[in-house]
Amino acid sequence: MRRFKVLKGLIIDSLDTITQGSKKYHIWMGFLTLVMLIGMYCYSIQIEHGLSVTGMSDRVSWGLYISNFTFLVGVAAAAVMLVMPTYVLKDIDFKQAVLIGEGLAVAALIMCLAFVVADMGGPSVLWHMIPGIGVFNFPNSMLTWDVIVLNGYLFINISIPFYILFRRYQGKVPNPKIYVPGAILSVFWAVGIHLVTAFLYQGLQARPFWNNALLGPRFLASAFAAGPALIILVLAIIRGFTEFKIEDKTIKKISMIVTVAAQINLIMLVSELFKEFYAPTHHSESAYYLFFGLHGKTALLPWIWTAIPLNVLATIMLTFGKLRNNLKVLYFCCFILFVAIWIEKGFGLIVPGFIPGPYGKIVEYMPTGIEIGVTIGIWALGAFIFTILAKTAIKIETGKLRFKAK
Amino acid sequence: MSDNKKWFSLNLNSAKKESSGSCSCGKTSGGCGSHAKSQISDEEFDNAVDTAIGDERKRDGFDQVFDVQMDRRTAFRKLTASLLIGAGAVSTSCSITTGEESKEKAQIDWEEQFKGNYKLMTNDEKKGTVDRLVRSYQLRTGKTISMTSENAEEDVLFGYAFNISKCQGYMDCVSACVEENNQDRNSQMQYIRIHEMKDGEGFKFDEADDNYYHEVPAEGHFYMGTQCFHCDNPPCVEVCPVQATWREDDGLVVIDYDWCVGCRYCMAACPYDGRRFNWSTPEVPEKEINKNQHYLGNRMRKKGVMEKCTFCVQRSRKGQNPACVDACPTGARIFGNLLDPNSTIRWVLENKKVFRLKEDLGTEPKFWYFMD
Repeated sequence: MRRFKVLKGLIIDSLDTITQGSKKYHIWMGFLTLVMLIGMYCYSIQIEHGLSVTGMSDRVSWGLYISNFTFLVGVAAAAVMLVMPTYVLKDIDFKQAVLIGEGLAVAALIMCLAFVVADMGGPSVLWHMIPGIGVFNFPNSMLTWDVIVLNGYLFINISIPFYILFRRYQGKVPNPKIYVPGAILSVFWAVGIHLVTAFLYQGLQARPFWNNALLGPRFLASAFAAGPALIILVLAIIRGFTEFKIEDKTIKKISMIVTVAAQINLIMLVSELFKEFYAPTHHSESAYYLFFGLHGKTALLPWIWTAIPLNVLATIMLTFGKLRNNLKVLYFCCFILFVAIWIEKGFGLIVPGFIPGPYGKIVEYMPTGIEIGVTIGIWALGAFIFTILAKTAIKIETGKLRFKAK
Repeated sequence: MSDNKKWFSLNLNSAKKESSGSCSCGKTSGGCGSHAKSQISDEEFDNAVDTAIGDERKRDGFDQVFDVQMDRRTAFRKLTASLLIGAGAVSTSCSITTGEESKEKAQIDWEEQFKGNYKLMTNDEKKGTVDRLVRSYQLRTGKTISMTSENAEEDVLFGYAFNISKCQGYMDCVSACVEENNQDRNSQMQYIRIHEMKDGEGFKFDEADDNYYHEVPAEGHFYMGTQCFHCDNPPCVEVCPVQATWREDDGLVVIDYDWCVGCRYCMAACPYDGRRFNWSTPEVPEKEINKNQHYLGNRMRKKGVMEKCTFCVQRSRKGQNPACVDACPTGARIFGNLLDPNSTIRWVLENKKVFRLKEDLGTEPKFWYFMD
């Protein structure tokens, strides 16, 4: 019975926490709500008129939604880079960051699911996919694998922080015997979600641009660069706005992870470019389209030629310890690296897979206003969820929020 | 479903050779020359389009809905109309004295929303859903359609052959297909694509034009049609997360439009551009609707689901040819039962040098090309 009482107290207290705050906090949340409402409005138009209000067509049948989905799976997976050292290797430096990382994973996963639902032609019949009631084409379809691993990962990342915070809330110390096995599981699981998502594309013999063995590993490398880069930026913001103490040491350790992952990612990029352009075959046409344009169709050039220099610049700057240890430079590097990988792993990966089409037809893709509205709305939803989670977690962690037995 | 191979195996004992064209081309630049033979100039064409749709194409969906010129009277009329519809909906759903018809409609809609996957239905259940769909159409439009749910017959495996020497690019097959299968007229959806290729250059699909508007046969060109090849090892079926698409026992790859969730994974997996998606609600003028329908074939689709060529299942399972075969004026298209040793398709496979597209992918299409 006592547990229920504590749970009730936790829920009421966290509701109090998230509805109270400084003026800046209220403006921030109000702004996010507005953006979400605009996104919902755009989505309602899409529901009414169908996916024809997006830029997608029979020739390019996945676009902005699936691009963002792919990228965000990576961000979610990257939380593990903080979980592993903290729980398993007992590295105290990360302890402050890990709850933030897991909160970020939860927000990213919810965004992933929202993007997939937004991309569906028939969201009202999505119950067809629920095992038991519907027909679940497991193990043949990689999409069903993805459904399993994403939801499983969401469950793990909600339950571990919840257990820890629930104990802290009562002023007790969490029992490592309970949460460390879960943490270890989530380490493997994180690699799993990203590999499975890569296999989604990698397994299609129809699309030579995706059907290449490096896709999965490169997904991992870029995810472990972009995810922690985002965590560094978030930690920097939290440091500036709350009294939650995050030491420079922690941020610098995470920046090491970003650096190594970005370097590996760059090596793989070089290997990919070499394969596509040293002895180009018919199967290199998508890469040609992406980097140089094909038959005068050049819609992706501005994107990729923004991403590649940013990526290279960030990696080089991060490689030099002097630059990396200067926090201002580090934040800048993390920001441009994040943008670069968002372009590369989103737009730069999904769209060229469809161009040229199976018979060489080139039809370009440009997202419409409605599509962009829904996308920004979902990003706002992610930020909203993360803010709520982080605010409660920080208050409990700093000891301000405690269960008061009446 | 039998023992489909899920892996690629080299077909070592076969004398068939695939022609170059799909995969061996190293050329990556050069114009596609798609509009070189066009009868009107680009400028004229643009002008014509401008007068036809005007600023419509500059505006995206949002503007099209809201940026409409409307005077006060029409605005009031529209508001009143929508109010009436809303009030009507509320009263019908809450009232216990509504007419039998609207109750029946609601009952049908409810059962249709929560019915199972057609692939797993018994014959009685199949008949049940077909009856509901026919009745629903009758209630809504007052017209009667005939819809069937014949299963695959035994000892039938459908196959198709295409004579490249004969095809002149008239596209009669395309229009016959659109009419037969009730495809969306708005988006001009077509299952068949006819590729116009230059003589003497082989099968260069990337330089071919599959959307030409000029007199055919154009000099110095030959024509080749593609559509769903009804692969024996179809990648699209493997990837579907809900088994809304499958291979029937007579070899047809079909879709349950009511079970499809619209994720379009099958579209990404198809190496032959064989699948189409309903980006908005398909529209067919009432008098052009083909009322002889099959559940898996040409019945009316809704928005947000996949569809594709079914070798006209509503015709082929009744022993007829698909509409494209009957419509072809040159006799380039041949359809039949691969298990019947006396069929034309068997004669073609045995006596002509046939080949298939992208055989290296291991999809085993049941669609062969040959030349005289």
